[in-house]
Amino acid sequence: MINAIKLWGRYARQAVRSQLQYRASFIMRVFGQLVLHALEAVVILALFDRFGSIRGWHLPEVLLFYGIAHISFAVAEGTARGFDIFSRLVKSGDFDILLLRPRSTALQVAVSDFQLLRIGRLAQGAAVLAWGMLTVNVAWHWTHLLILLSALTGATCMFYALFVFQATASFWTVESLEVMNMFTYGGVQTTQYPLEIYQKWFQRFFIFVIPLGCVTYLPVVALLGREDAIFHSPVWLQSAAPVMGVLFLLASLYLWEFGVRHYRSTGS
Amino acid sequence: MPQIMVEKLIKTFQVAERSTGFMGAVKGLVHRKYRTVNALDGIDFSLDQGELVGLIGPNGAGKSTTVKILSGIMVPDSGRVEVMGRIPWKERIESVRHIGVVFGQRTQLWWDLPVIESYQLLKDIYRIPDRQYKNHLDRSVELLDLKSLLDVPVRQLSLGQRMKCDLAAVLLHSPKILYLDEPTIGLDAVSKLAIRDIIGRINREQGVTVVLTTHDMDDIETLCRRVIVINQGKIFMDGTLQQLRSLVTTERRLIIDLEDSAVSLSDPDAELIKQEGHRVWLRFDPAKITVPELIERIAKAHPVRDLFVENPPIEEIIARLYGGAEQ
Amino acid sequence: MKPYWAIFKTRCAVMLQYRTAAVAGFCTQLFWGLILVMLYQALYHSSSGPKPMTLPQVISYIWLGQAMLLVLPWSNDRDVIQMIRDGGVGYELIRPVRLYGMWYSRFLATKVVPMTMRSIPIFLIAIPFLGLQPPASAAAAIAFAIAMLFGIMLSTSIVVCMNILFFWTVSGEGLSQLLMVFTFLFSGTYIPLPLLPDWSQPLVDFLPFRGLMDIPFRLYLGQLPVRELPRLMQGQCLWIIFFVLAGHLLLRRGLKLVVIQGG
Repeated sequence: MINAIKLWGRYARQAVRSQLQYRASFIMRVFGQLVLHALEAVVILALFDRFGSIRGWHLPEVLLFYGIAHISFAVAEGTARGFDIFSRLVKSGDFDILLLRPRSTALQVAVSDFQLLRIGRLAQGAAVLAWGMLTVNVAWHWTHLLILLSALTGATCMFYALFVFQATASFWTVESLEVMNMFTYGGVQTTQYPLEIYQKWFQRFFIFVIPLGCVTYLPVVALLGREDAIFHSPVWLQSAAPVMGVLFLLASLYLWEFGVRHYRSTGS
Repeated sequence: MPQIMVEKLIKTFQVAERSTGFMGAVKGLVHRKYRTVNALDGIDFSLDQGELVGLIGPNGAGKSTTVKILSGIMVPDSGRVEVMGRIPWKERIESVRHIGVVFGQRTQLWWDLPVIESYQLLKDIYRIPDRQYKNHLDRSVELLDLKSLLDVPVRQLSLGQRMKCDLAAVLLHSPKILYLDEPTIGLDAVSKLAIRDIIGRINREQGVTVVLTTHDMDDIETLCRRVIVINQGKIFMDGTLQQLRSLVTTERRLIIDLEDSAVSLSDPDAELIKQEGHRVWLRFDPAKITVPELIERIAKAHPVRDLFVENPPIEEIIARLYGGAEQ
Repeated sequence: MKPYWAIFKTRCAVMLQYRTAAVAGFCTQLFWGLILVMLYQALYHSSSGPKPMTLPQVISYIWLGQAMLLVLPWSNDRDVIQMIRDGGVGYELIRPVRLYGMWYSRFLATKVVPMTMRSIPIFLIAIPFLGLQPPASAAAAIAFAIAMLFGIMLSTSIVVCMNILFFWTVSGEGLSQLLMVFTFLFSGTYIPLPLLPDWSQPLVDFLPFRGLMDIPFRLYLGQLPVRELPRLMQGQCLWIIFFVLAGHLLLRRGLKLVVIQGG
C-alpha cells in the first residue's frame, strides 16, 4: 500500500515537472480554464437573476450542488488521467508492457498520470462551494460537514469510476469512445443542478443506472434538511447514499479485470 | 526438472475480414466476417535452467505468440505450460516477477524521462531492495558503458543505446528467465557485438535462461547451442545448430587461396561455386570425400597459399528450410 | 462525370468508417440538448412575469444551437499549427494574400462538411419529437439560411485568426483560448443571449459572436423581423472584414517572425 503511494508520488512528480516545463504556457492554460469555468458560474448567476428560483430551489442551494459537482469532477479528472488516455496504450500494444510487470494493471494505469491543469476547475468549484456555504440558510454543524465530505468523496469515486469504464471499453473496441463523454461531462452538467428539476425518467437514470444522484442530490437534501421530493427517502438513506460512489468504483474495477481477461485471450 | 515445460500448446485467433470498396464498407456496417488463424498448432518443448535457446522461424510462424504465452501475457486455447512450477497466465503477477522481456522494436522505458528515472520507477514497481538495485545498476552501467546515458531522455537515444538501456532495465530485478525478442534488429555492428556479449555473459555467469527470438543468424551462431524452429504454428526442428544444418544439407565449403590466380581449378568430387582472383570457393559432400582427402588432392595439383573449411551460411540453410517446409 | 462519382463514393466509404464517432457525437449532443431543455423548463416553471423569450422559443433556440454547434470557431487544424510551430510555413514565402486565401478555404471546407452532417440528423429528430419549432415563416427560413451562411464565414475568419496566433507561442495560445471561451458564452451556445441581464445586452450586441448563432436563430424564430436582415448582415460583414484584415496583418507579422528567427 505504501509502495503504491510512493509509486504514485513518483509518477505525479514527473508529470507535474513535465507539465510545468513550459510554465508560461501552463499558467496561460490554467487561466483559460479559470475564465471558462468562471463564465459558467456567471451564467448561473444570470439565470437566477432573471428567474429567481428553479422549482423551489434558490441560488445558495444550487451553488452547493455546483461546487460539489465541480470539485469532485476536477479531482477525478486530474487523477484519473491515466484511464482517460488509456485507449492509446491498447492501440499501440504497449499494454503488454504493463502485463509484464508484477503489479495490478489497474494500479499501474491509475498512477501513471496526473493532470495539474484541472486545478482551475477545482479552484472555481471550491470558490462556488464556499460562497454557497456562506449564503445558504443552514446552521452549520459538524454533522453537516461530514455529509458534505462524504458527498465529495462519493462523487469523486463515481466520476473516477466513469473514467475507468470508458477506458475498459477500449479492450473491446478500437473506436473512439466519445459516447462516454455523455456520462462524464454530461454527468457534471447534470449534477450541478438539483436532480429534482429534471424529468422523471432522467432522475431515475441518474439514481439507478449511473447513481450520480446518490452522491450529490441525496446528501445535499439531507444536509439542507429538505424533503426528498423524488423518492421520499428517509434521512439516514440520504446521508448514507454516497457509499454508492465507492461501490460503483469497485464495480468499474471488477469490469476492468474482465476486460483484461478478454484482452489476454484475444491477443493484441 | 525442466524449468520451462510446454505441452500440446494450441492458440487460434479470430481475425476480422474487411471487404474492400464501397459495398464492402456498407456490408461491414451490418455483418462482420471472421477468419480463424491457427497461430499455434500443438507446440511441445522443454527447457532446463541456464539454457540459451534460439527461437527462429519465418514471420507469422508463431514465435511471438509462444513468447507471449510463456510470459503469461496471453491465454492459450489448450495445452499445458509450466514455468518454474507455475502456470504463467494463471498466476501472472507471481510468474512475471521472475522473468524479463525485451522487445527489439519497443521500449519499456518512459519516453520523456531520463534513463535513470525510468530505472527508479522500475525499482518501485518491482519493489527492488536498495542494495540490490544499486549493485545491479552499477554492474550494468559498467558492462554496458551506460554512464553517459543515464541522464539522457530515452527519446534522444540511438537505437543501439536504447537497447543497452532496455537490457540493463530488465536485469534490475534479477530475472531467472529472459525473453529477448529481436534484440539486435536494426543495430549497427558494434552494438550487435556488445549486446551479444552481454547476453552470453548473463547466461554463462548467472545461469539465466535465455529464449532468443531472432532473424539474425550471427546471433544464433554466436550464442545458441540449441535452436527451435517454428513454422506455421508447429515445431519444425528442435536441436543443435549442427543438426539444423544437416537437416538441410551435409555439404561443406572449402575456400582456397591459390598462389597463382590464373589457374582453373576442378575436381571430380567438388563443385566450383565461384572464383575471385586468387580465392576459390568449393562445395563438397564430406560423405563422398573426406576433408583431408580433398585438401590433399587439391594441394597436390596446385600450390596453395591458404585454405578454410566452412559450413554453408546459415541464411542459406534457413532459406532452404523454409522453402522446403512450404513444399 | 465518372471520376466525380468515384471520388464521391470513395469519400462516402471513408466517412462511413467514422460511423461510430458520428453516432457518438450525435448522441452526446442529444443528451446535452435534453439537459438544457429540462433546465429551462424548470426555470420557466417556477417563474412568472414577462421574459424576453417564451419557453417554446428557448427550446427551439437550444435545439438550433445543438444542430449548428459546429459553426463555432473551435477547430484548430493540427497540420497548420504544426506547420507554424516547426517553421515549415516559412517556405510559404509567397505573398501572404495567397497563403491566407488557401488557409481560409481550407478552414471553410473543414467547417461546412461536418456541420451539415451533424445538423441534418438533429433537425430530423428535433422537429417532430423534441420541440424544435419549424421556422416562423418561409421568409424567416431564408433569412436564417443567409445569416447562417454569413455566420459560417465569420466563424472561419475568426478561426483562421486563432490559428495564426500560434505564431506567438505562449501569448498566442492564451489569446486563442480566451477567444474560444468568449465565443462560447457570447454566441448563445450556453444561454440564449436575450436571457442575459438587460444591462449586458449592449455589450453583447457589440461583440461579433452574436452573429454566429444568436442572430440567425432569432431570425428563424421570428423574434427578429426579416426586414432587419440587411442591417444584421452589415454587422456580420463588418466583423468578417475586421477579422480577415486582422488575419492578414497577423500573418504578415508572423511570417516575418519566422524568417527572422530562421524557422
